[in-house]
Amino acid sequence: MDSIKYLDPTTQFVLFSILKVMLVFAVAMTGVAYSVLVERKVSAWIQDRPGPNRVAPFFVEFIPVIGPWLTRLGIFQPMADGLKSFLKEDFTPSYVRKVYFWLAPAIACVPSLMTLAVIPFGSTLGNAANKMVIADLNVGILYSFGIVSLGVYGIVLAGYAANSKYPFLGGIRSSAQMISYEIAMGMSVVAVFLLVGDLNLSSVVDYQRGGLHQWLIWKQPLAFVIFMIAAFAETNRLPFDLPESETELVGGYHTEYSSMKFALFFMGEYAAMIAASGMMVTLFLGGWSSPFGSEPAGTILGGLVHIGWFLAKVAALMVVFIWTRWMLPRFRYDQLMDLGWRRFIPLALANILVTALIVAFTHK
Amino acid sequence: MPALTDLLFYGFAGLALLFGFLCVANPLSRNPVTSAMFLVLTICSLAGLFVLLNAFFLAAVQVLVYAGAVMVLFLFVIMLLDLKEEERRKLNKVALGAGTVAVAVIAGILIRAVTSAKPAADKLVEGTTKPLGRILFTEYLLPFEILSLLLLVAMVGVILLSKKELK
Amino acid sequence: MESQLQQYLPVLVLFLVAAGFAGGTLVISALAGKVGRRTKTKDIPYECGMLPEGPGSSRLSVKFYLVALLFVLFDIEVVFMYPWAVVYKELLTQNAALILGGMVSFLGVLFVGYLYALKKGAFDWTR
Repeated sequence: MDSIKYLDPTTQFVLFSILKVMLVFAVAMTGVAYSVLVERKVSAWIQDRPGPNRVAPFFVEFIPVIGPWLTRLGIFQPMADGLKSFLKEDFTPSYVRKVYFWLAPAIACVPSLMTLAVIPFGSTLGNAANKMVIADLNVGILYSFGIVSLGVYGIVLAGYAANSKYPFLGGIRSSAQMISYEIAMGMSVVAVFLLVGDLNLSSVVDYQRGGLHQWLIWKQPLAFVIFMIAAFAETNRLPFDLPESETELVGGYHTEYSSMKFALFFMGEYAAMIAASGMMVTLFLGGWSSPFGSEPAGTILGGLVHIGWFLAKVAALMVVFIWTRWMLPRFRYDQLMDLGWRRFIPLALANILVTALIVAFTHK
Repeated sequence: MPALTDLLFYGFAGLALLFGFLCVANPLSRNPVTSAMFLVLTICSLAGLFVLLNAFFLAAVQVLVYAGAVMVLFLFVIMLLDLKEEERRKLNKVALGAGTVAVAVIAGILIRAVTSAKPAADKLVEGTTKPLGRILFTEYLLPFEILSLLLLVAMVGVILLSKKELK
Repeated sequence: MESQLQQYLPVLVLFLVAAGFAGGTLVISALAGKVGRRTKTKDIPYECGMLPEGPGSSRLSVKFYLVALLFVLFDIEVVFMYPWAVVYKELLTQNAALILGGMVSFLGVLFVGYLYALKKGAFDWTR
């Protein structure tokens, strides 16, 4: 470790950044794999069935007590799923537009991973210079909205590439849905930044780190509700999963996809959910700070505790995402558009106006 | 790290030119969707250039509005009209003339801008949101208000255009 | 200044990692995946068992175009609200009426357009 100190600051920064990127990427990917498992388990429990409980490497059954329990919990299922999607037949139908057919899964997956860059997932690790965020951008929130808006292309191109009716309809529907809710999402958080006064997401966390009572969810409940529902629509989750809607569009934009190409869409969706949860935690639920108030950590242990708080909050929101999916029926398309354009936009505007007035009368 | 920024500048500039060329004159494909996608890539490369110029707000907005909104509109229009692969057309003489004039005018503006540009002031302008907001909502408040009228006109226009279909 | 620019380097790194991951998995799956036969039935678009008729993509409703254009306009509106929100507290101390009134009138004009769109049924998808 000591040899690092002799490198010049730039090299240190670069090495440290690469390390952070790798770590965040690994954690996010593990999160994606296991949120699929959680989804399957939660849905199973809600529907009163056991869920995945068989797959395990051969040696696990020899471990006493814990072995069978781990198997029943389905801990090894995500690994089997991952391996399986590599080995399945990768079929490219002859009628598709080949280049886009290959590009679309990658285009759908990359933006949701890129959004993770600006989310502060911890305070520091011992050294105050090592902020626990991949890129501490001044325009943090605008960066993430920009990247999110690029996510539309993966889906619309997938629908276009398949050259088949259901995927095409799914892709177009999805992009119209995503752009509609982007407006509501963007407007809802303006009120937050009226209070914080800085687009940097680290300062949003700083604003809230005094403890539970400082969290912005109490000051901006309406913004939180709009943002959360818009996040459901952006990630194409039930009750807004019209682009996929198995019962009417088969599978929507990924109907013609198989093997790892399909899995990339799947991973993209879950990564987008994780990013959206991280964004909500940062904007409204105090980020990495504990409910009892925290200062940026002075020790490595304190830093790890903060990362733990962040991950716990994200995990809780992920469960909410999954839970909702199995509780609510799907919206009709006209209801979806009605909610986005006719309810949320006036509500968000009113919220901004009221917040601005309150700030005007209370700010000295 | 001056060397790296220079390298990145030439990288992004080269990419912007390459994608821009592929957008208008792709030798491999005459598909309008492909052209639109190359335009998205051009815009993203330009955003990279803006970042290197310390214009961070502009870079983010470039991606958000141009790549994320305007180009989605382009794609929708292409799909609305169901444009097939465009056939190679004969060059229209009038269009060629008009195009040459337009290029000449833009080139003139560019040359003038480059020659009349003064060396950067000793203090770099901060391209982040706060200084921009400060200027926008004090000095340039009137143009900002006029902009709302412009957007209103566009909004009314688009609804009138598609009204026939809606009834 | 320099440090803000520096912060964009990890973004580039993350992009390379994410793109490498996506590309890598696609290539590995193409190499490792089972190679099956291309039968005739497998090679037709899936439409719940019906034989597909006509072209795969058709023209879409003008409504989508309308939504996309309105989205562009509202997006521009939202983009202007961010610099306003950031400097709001600061400019309140200088000229409260101007900073609040400026945005209220901006949004007011656009709200007229919004009401017009609403009245004309631009957001009504039941028709």
